[in-house]
Amino acid sequence: MTKILKLLTVAIAAAALLTAAPLSPAFAAKKKEFNIAWTIYVGWMPWPYAAEQGIIKKWADKYGITINVTQINDYVESINQYTAGKFDGVTLTNMDALTIPAAGGVDTTVLVVGSFSNGNDGIVLKKGKTLADIKGQSVNLVELSVSHYLLARGLESVKLTEKDIKVVNTSDADIVGAFKSKDSTAVVTWNPQLMEVKAELGATPVFDSSKIPGEIIDTLSVNTETLRDNPDFGKALVGAWYEIMAIMANAEKGKAAREAMAKTSGTDLAGYEAQLKTTRMFYDPADAVKFVSSGDLPKIMDMVRTFSFQHNLLGDNVKSKDAVGIGFPGGKTLGSAKNVKLRFDATYMKMAADKKL
Amino acid sequence: MRRLMNLAPRPGIRLLLGLLPFVLIAFIYVAASAERRAVNPDDKLLPPVSEMVAAANRLAFEPDRRSGEYVLWSDTAASLRRLALGLGIATAIGLTVGLGIGVLPLVGATLAPLVGVLSMVPPMAILPILFIVFGLGELSKVVLILIGVTPFLIRDLALTISALPPEQLVKAQTLGASTWQVAIRVVLPQIMPRLIEAVRLSIGPAFLFLIAAEAIASDVGLGYRIFLVRRYLAMDIILPYVAWITLLAFLMDWALATLARRAFGFAYVTERR
Repeated sequence: MTKILKLLTVAIAAAALLTAAPLSPAFAAKKKEFNIAWTIYVGWMPWPYAAEQGIIKKWADKYGITINVTQINDYVESINQYTAGKFDGVTLTNMDALTIPAAGGVDTTVLVVGSFSNGNDGIVLKKGKTLADIKGQSVNLVELSVSHYLLARGLESVKLTEKDIKVVNTSDADIVGAFKSKDSTAVVTWNPQLMEVKAELGATPVFDSSKIPGEIIDTLSVNTETLRDNPDFGKALVGAWYEIMAIMANAEKGKAAREAMAKTSGTDLAGYEAQLKTTRMFYDPADAVKFVSSGDLPKIMDMVRTFSFQHNLLGDNVKSKDAVGIGFPGGKTLGSAKNVKLRFDATYMKMAADKKL
Repeated sequence: MRRLMNLAPRPGIRLLLGLLPFVLIAFIYVAASAERRAVNPDDKLLPPVSEMVAAANRLAFEPDRRSGEYVLWSDTAASLRRLALGLGIATAIGLTVGLGIGVLPLVGATLAPLVGVLSMVPPMAILPILFIVFGLGELSKVVLILIGVTPFLIRDLALTISALPPEQLVKAQTLGASTWQVAIRVVLPQIMPRLIEAVRLSIGPAFLFLIAAEAIASDVGLGYRIFLVRRYLAMDIILPYVAWITLLAFLMDWALATLARRAFGFAYVTERR
C-alpha cells in the first residue's frame, strides 16, 4: 500500500512538472520573434493593412526581427491573452490598459498613441431627447468598458449618478439586436455598432465622446520588459505605423488604403470614412508626441483611474486609486511611484517625428 | 479467471483511484500557479487557492459594497430560477409532444419533420430575433434554454416509444384499451425513466445556454458575473464560480438519478453495478 502511494506521488509530481511548463509565462529576454494582436476598430485597422502590404515585414527586416500580427475576434480576450503572456503587444484603449494588464501586474508601455475617440462612442435614447431624460431608464452597455466610463462622465455632466439609472450588461456583438427589442430604451456603445443604433427609428443620440475629447485613447501597447530588452521591436512597429499614417493622410494615395481597411473591418469606404470622421487620428507623429507630453494627459488618466477604482477594476483588495502607478514622459508619475505598471512613452514616436528610425 | 477485465479494485482502492485524477489536476494547478506568481507577483491568470477562497468568501458572506447584496447567492437564485423554468417547461413540452409523435402516427407525420429540422438550428445564431420577439428580460433567457433543449427531448422520447415492442401495444388494444389508455398506462410508465435520463443529459447544454444568455444581456446571474469580471481577468472569482456551477450541476444530476431509481425501480433491475 505505502509502495503504491509512493509511486503515485512520484508519478503525480512528474506529470505536474511536465504539464505545468506550457502554462508558465514567457520570460523577457533578447529575442527575434514577436507577436502582436489586434481587434477590429476604426483606429486599429492600419495594423492589419500594414501586415498585408508587407510594411510590417519591411520594418522588421530592417531591424533583423520577425513580427507576427494576429487578429483576435474578441476584444477582451485579446487583452487577456496579452496579459497572460501570449502576445508582446496588443491594441487597446488607455482605460483597458490600466485595468487589465497594468492592474494584473504586467508592466505595459503605451508605444503608439494612434488616435482618440471623438464621437466614436455615444449614448442613444429611444425615450427622451436629452441626456437628462435617461433618469430611471435601464441602460444596455458593456459594463466596466469605455462605454461605462462615457456614461459615468455623461451622467456627471447632467448632475445624475449611476444610482439614477439601471445598468444592464450587454455584449457588444448583440447590442444592435438588443436595441431593436422594445425592452431596451437606452444604449451606450461604440462604432460601428453606434452607427446602426443611431439609425434606429426614433433613436436620438444625446451624448458622445466628442464632448470629452482625448479621454478614450486608442493605443498599441507592449510589454515594458520586452521593449526594454528589445528596443528594435518598438522601432520597427512605430516605423511601420507612421509609414501607413503618411499614406492614409494623403487624400489620393490613401483612398486605396482606406478602402482595404474598410473591407477588412466589414464595412465599405463610406462607412469607414464616417467612422474616421469621429476619430481624431494622429497622422503626424509630432502631434502624438505633443498629446502624450501635454499636461492634460495626467488629468485624463486621473479621471480614468478614479472611475476604475470606484468600480473595483484595479482589484478588490486595492485600498486607493494610487495603488497602480502611471508614468508619463519626463519622469512624471501618478499614484504609486514604486509600482508603476502603465507607462506613456513618447521616445519612439519622437524618433519617428525626428525621422531617426 | 485472472484477466485484466476481471480485476476489480477493493472499495478503499476504488476511492483512492477515483480521487487520483482530481489530486493530479489540483497538483498541476498549484504548481503552475506558484510558478507564474514567482515571475509576476500580481499574476491573475492562475491565482493561488488562498485567493480563490478569499474571493469566494467575500462573494458569499459579505454584502457587496455598491448594491448591498450577497452576490453569490443572488446570482445563484437568479440562475437557478431561469434554469428550473427552462428545463421544467422543456420537459413538459418534450413529454407531451414526444408522446404525441410516438403514439399517434398522424401527429408524428405532421410534427416529426419540423422537430427534426428545428433541432438542427443553432439557437445562438438567431439571437437577434429572440430579442425582438421575447424582449431582453427573463423570458428570452428561458426561451433560449427551451429552444436549445426541447427538440432533443422530443426526439429522444419519440425514438424510445418507437423502440417499444409492437406486440405490447397490440395486446393492450385486444384487451380493450383506448388510444388514451394505451398512451397513459402502457407507454408513459415505460418512457418516464428515459425522460429523466434525457433531462439529466440536458443539464449540461441547459447550463451552456443559460450562461450564454446571461453573458449577452443581464444584470444578475452566474453567467453574468463570470463574463463581467472576465473584463479584468479576475480568475480568482471565475474559478470558484465554475466550481460552484459544476457542483450545482452534479447535485442536480445526482438528484434526478436517485429519483429515477426510487420512482421507476423496474427499469433498473438489470443494471450492472
